Amino acid sequence: MSEMIRFEKKDDVCDIFVAGEVDLSNSAELRKTILGALKGANQVTVDLSAVSYIDSSGIAALVEGLQQANSQDKSFCLSTPSQQVRSILELARLDQVFTIQ
Amino acid sequence: MIFAQIEKIGIMSAQAIERFGFAVRLFWDSFYWLIVGRRYKQRVRFHQIVEQVRVNGFDALPIVLALSFVVGMMLSIQLLYALSDFGAESEVLRAIAKSVTREFAPLITGVIVAGRSGAAIAARIGSQVVSQEIDALRVMGIVPVRYLVLPPLLGLMISMPLLVICSDFMSIVGGAVFSIGTLDMSLMAYLYESLHILTVNDVMQGLIKSVAFGIIIALVGATTGFHVKGGAEGVGKATTSAVVISISFIVLVDMIASYFLTQ
Amino acid sequence: MTMTQNLNNNETVIKVENLVTHYGARKILDGLNLDVKKGEIRVIMGGSGSGKSTLLWHILDLYKPTEGRIELLGKDIHSISFNEQLKLKQDIGVSFQSGALFSSMNVGENVALPLREFTNLDENTIRIISRMKLEVVNLGGFHKLLPSQLSGGMIKRAALARAIVMDPKLLFFDEPSAGLDPVVSSEIDDLILSLRDTMGMSMVVVTHELDSAFKIADKITVLDQGKNLITGTVEEIKKSDIKRVKDLLERRSRHDELKPDDYLKRLTQEHYTLS
Repeated sequence: MSEMIRFEKKDDVCDIFVAGEVDLSNSAELRKTILGALKGANQVTVDLSAVSYIDSSGIAALVEGLQQANSQDKSFCLSTPSQQVRSILELARLDQVFTIQ
Repeated sequence: MIFAQIEKIGIMSAQAIERFGFAVRLFWDSFYWLIVGRRYKQRVRFHQIVEQVRVNGFDALPIVLALSFVVGMMLSIQLLYALSDFGAESEVLRAIAKSVTREFAPLITGVIVAGRSGAAIAARIGSQVVSQEIDALRVMGIVPVRYLVLPPLLGLMISMPLLVICSDFMSIVGGAVFSIGTLDMSLMAYLYESLHILTVNDVMQGLIKSVAFGIIIALVGATTGFHVKGGAEGVGKATTSAVVISISFIVLVDMIASYFLTQ
Repeated sequence: MTMTQNLNNNETVIKVENLVTHYGARKILDGLNLDVKKGEIRVIMGGSGSGKSTLLWHILDLYKPTEGRIELLGKDIHSISFNEQLKLKQDIGVSFQSGALFSSMNVGENVALPLREFTNLDENTIRIISRMKLEVVNLGGFHKLLPSQLSGGMIKRAALARAIVMDPKLLFFDEPSAGLDPVVSSEIDDLILSLRDTMGMSMVVVTHELDSAFKIADKITVLDQGKNLITGTVEEIKKSDIKRVKDLLERRSRHDELKPDDYLKRLTQEHYTLS
């Protein structure tokens, strides 16, 4: 696992911290981390405060996480997205789909 | 006026030579991308080729079988008539078996496939030129030859010999149906005897020709398609000329191949 | 990202130097220069035959020029290797005038094609990305339709979705609002603006629609007879004294000075050829 993506797990709660640029080179890893976290935890939060750029494949990983969580009645939310992330979410109107803290 | 005519002929020949060069280039490029494509993210998808074998080969099967049967019958009618002058009707079986596998099956299959697939390839590529789809592929980084020419080229090179084998069989059956009465043979005995008479060389000659015809059909279709100018009308003209040109080349190459392969 | 920030950023992303090209003996582009900064929306205008589309085809490497250099994202497009070209093309999106959607594929497959060809993404991810791009252009739920089942405006929007599916850094438009009704064309203008603002894309838009040009342009370049007539902000263009620019803004067509002898020849001679 790279330093860009790390996670902390406490009981049922898993926090994933993402930093730097998320693009084609590491979005598959983010996807794996999210889907993996959802297997072991009931509440997953992805902290995006340190993300300077996220491309569509990164957003797609978040979407897939949300879909997975919803189908298993688990909680999945995004926390403090940076302005860049927020505006990209808004462009596809995904800000109305995700729970953003 | 004479000069204008000569000039026109000159321009047309120059164009023909240029087109020929273009077709050769397409052939070369296709195999270049087939071999090195993986290294340049220009992978040739297996399912694309399977699809082309289905469209150009399998879908043509009914019409190829039907016409082969009729041609076989027609041959036996003519041969029985001609051979009866020498009282050599018994030779009709050999004559049909040899002429069908060496000549008529590949030729009839080539003409049918040129009409179906040659026209379709020209129309498809032509309309993609007109609608800027080729440009769209290029700006995306997809090499048009790899994506649009290689699959039908390989598809035809694979499906033509398969079609010819079916055509061989069906033409002989067609000939048998008409001849067995005169020859006083059973159908099975006729077919068995035909199989016995045929050499590997006979069948191979037809198959080699059919691969060449497949290449001609794909390249002529693609070349005329890529040179389409002037919208929908241009596409129409291209399909017509694709069929006419590829049939002409098929007949020409057939003659040349027959000459050399029968040495 | 605001406009002032963009303009402070002096990184050149598109650079065209002394571009000359011929069609037969006729010169189409005559020593053209162009310099587009990061995050800029540059509109190229000019009458028909001014060379504006030709310029676009050259930048996209669809035609080779007689002379001149073209640099995209700092790379000379004519001297880089095939693999570098391929990498560069992933950073470029193009929205064609006719849309140029692949007619044998449905809208979703059209949008997903570059992802399928050039990335190793999971099929789920590819589906989500391409559907997301369709949402961005307001075509959510239309992925199953074939291009032949779409209206003109929908085709343009689907083509735009395909153009941005790889998150390109450069986006090119050929007549984005041609043939569209005012409402749809203004929707496309808004999309262009919001893509620049959220993704920071730099864009070149070839158009002859004045309203659209004034709405989206950071700078406008007016071409005439293959030459750069003027480049400036919307205000500068509006204030320009150049007759040809004024003609263009007032929608007057180009009229060359009439030479009576020539004119008579054109009308009467059986074998008149353009000199």
